[in-house]
Amino acid sequence: MAVVREITFAQALNEALDYEMSKDPKVVVMGEDVGVYGGIYGVTAGLYDKYGPERVRDTPIAESGFIGTAVGAAATGLLRPVVELMFIDFLGVTFDQLYNQAAKMRYMFGGKAKISMVLRTTCGAGFSAAAQHSQSLHALFSHVPGLKVVMPSTPYDAKGLLISSIEDDDPVIFIEHKGLYAIKGEVPEEPYSIPLGEADVKREGKDITIVATAAMVHKSLEVAEKLEKEGVSVEVVDPRTIVPLDVDTIINSIKKTGKLVVVDEGYPRASFASDIAALAASKAFDSLKAPVKIVTPPATPVPFSPALESEWIPSTEKIEKAVREVL
Amino acid sequence: MGVEEIPKETLLEMYKKMHKIRTYEETLAKWYYEGKTPLFDISAGPIPGELHLSPGQESAAVGMCIHLKDEDAVIGTHRAHHFAIAKGVDLKRMTAEIFGKATGLSGGKGGHMHLFDASKNFSCSGIVGASFPQAVGVGIAAKLKGENYVAVAVGGDGAANQGTFHEALNLAALWKLPVIFLIEDNGWAISVPKDKSTAVAKNSERAKAYGIPGVSVDGADVIAVYEVAKEAVERARRGEGPSLIEVRVYRLRGHFEGDPQAYRPKEDFELAKEKDPLLNFEKLLLEKGITTEEELNRIKEENEKEVQEIIDFAVKSPYPEPEEALKGVFAGGE
Repeated sequence: MAVVREITFAQALNEALDYEMSKDPKVVVMGEDVGVYGGIYGVTAGLYDKYGPERVRDTPIAESGFIGTAVGAAATGLLRPVVELMFIDFLGVTFDQLYNQAAKMRYMFGGKAKISMVLRTTCGAGFSAAAQHSQSLHALFSHVPGLKVVMPSTPYDAKGLLISSIEDDDPVIFIEHKGLYAIKGEVPEEPYSIPLGEADVKREGKDITIVATAAMVHKSLEVAEKLEKEGVSVEVVDPRTIVPLDVDTIINSIKKTGKLVVVDEGYPRASFASDIAALAASKAFDSLKAPVKIVTPPATPVPFSPALESEWIPSTEKIEKAVREVL
Repeated sequence: MGVEEIPKETLLEMYKKMHKIRTYEETLAKWYYEGKTPLFDISAGPIPGELHLSPGQESAAVGMCIHLKDEDAVIGTHRAHHFAIAKGVDLKRMTAEIFGKATGLSGGKGGHMHLFDASKNFSCSGIVGASFPQAVGVGIAAKLKGENYVAVAVGGDGAANQGTFHEALNLAALWKLPVIFLIEDNGWAISVPKDKSTAVAKNSERAKAYGIPGVSVDGADVIAVYEVAKEAVERARRGEGPSLIEVRVYRLRGHFEGDPQAYRPKEDFELAKEKDPLLNFEKLLLEKGITTEEELNRIKEENEKEVQEIIDFAVKSPYPEPEEALKGVFAGGE
């Protein structure tokens, strides 16, 4: 009998890691403060005691070094590293090992290299962490062919997608929004996987489609609920994985509703939001009954003061306004 | 230890590999300029793209790789043919790769800076300094799985100024991993001389900062390289941790083919000839009476014949089908 309980997003991730480590001795966890401390958000809690310092390895603050180590270890086929980059904002100090090395090895080595590794990292504003600890940079990773990019919004998705990511034979960037760690949701106790590349319609509707990611899924659902009382039926599609992207589910929804708002916490230009808007224009143009709108932060760094940051993050008010304009 | 203590067959194997590298590289150079003139067009001719050749640096590759088995990993640089040859990579397939052919190691998707041969645990990268942390990764996999193999990360003197070099040295020393950091110091980071890029006279001195052995060796003498490399490999296999080796070599050619080298003083070219490891080794083998001119000539002829066959294979091989460009980004071929 399936046991389903309410646990947090962070606990769901922890269960996925624990399951993979217990099942496959090749799985190792590496990163800053992932061992004794259990990860600064508690995602690796308890793993150090259970699997020891060799498999749950605290690293120095040397992201190029230890993420490059993960790439090299994965290339041997002897290990499947799950390596943690504490904040996605730190990708600048390690990017080469990801976008030029991990991402390209399979292709440029003629399909003969396999880099089975997961880079877990955090994104998201809302904590007055300012410009260098708050960004949502999934578009940077998604731009480069060869990296899979996963961005769950619920505890259920988090567990199933992390299991799939660790078992995947390609490098996966697994992005966890900091604002989601404490949210609770129903998660089966036993392991399960969610295929990468399958969007989830979080709420069905017929008047307008919102495509939203991570924390923005929840804000969009709030707006949908509010508008329902006025008789407006909003469909909320969560792609769950940016690469591979479930184009069919998104396009089918747009064809059904004829209207699209994209809500994302990434910057507006050359972004996930503009990518989905372009997709709608090229694949569902005849179905569109109104111009597409995107709701994103402005093209500025993330400000520090709560008074400024709350203006910067896409709010339910801004989402609602965009939806009303498109309707 | 001296040359007398090394078995003759090992010495001749080393000579054969060094001579093969030289013959191979010089033959490639001839092919490279086909179709590229009168105006130098880098994308034209049977070998398209950049080409970084290794003459003058054979001793670093052969002196190190003679101690390695197939299971040991070598991660090279943009200039890596000598290490690939020394590691035993299939030269027909490697050459086909350099020519952009379907029969290449990677089916023509990698080219000369991105060679990969899983059966020999050999790879290389076009990004300066990328090899170091990856070798740490191979080392950690070996250690965790109880395998007794070693990983060699190769970098130039320019790469030793990258952050990855220092991060990787710290990690390998901290975790006592079977990794050897081999700096091929040819004195030039493209056009910038070492004394204008590097704060220490010898990169081997940097080992002190990480509490590991660091040795600088004259690459003109392959026997000296052999000895230093042997010690580092044995230390790694004993589980005693990493070593840093600097091999001082000279580039007999430009940084890349087509490099006019106007930045290089005349004396540097003269020194390069004087320090030629192949000629020095040949002289040593003859002076010590280890071999004869006839024996060496036989080896040379074998190499020349083999290199010709290798080139023929590459030239005659077909180009990949255009649709191949779209395949192989992810597992499952898509």
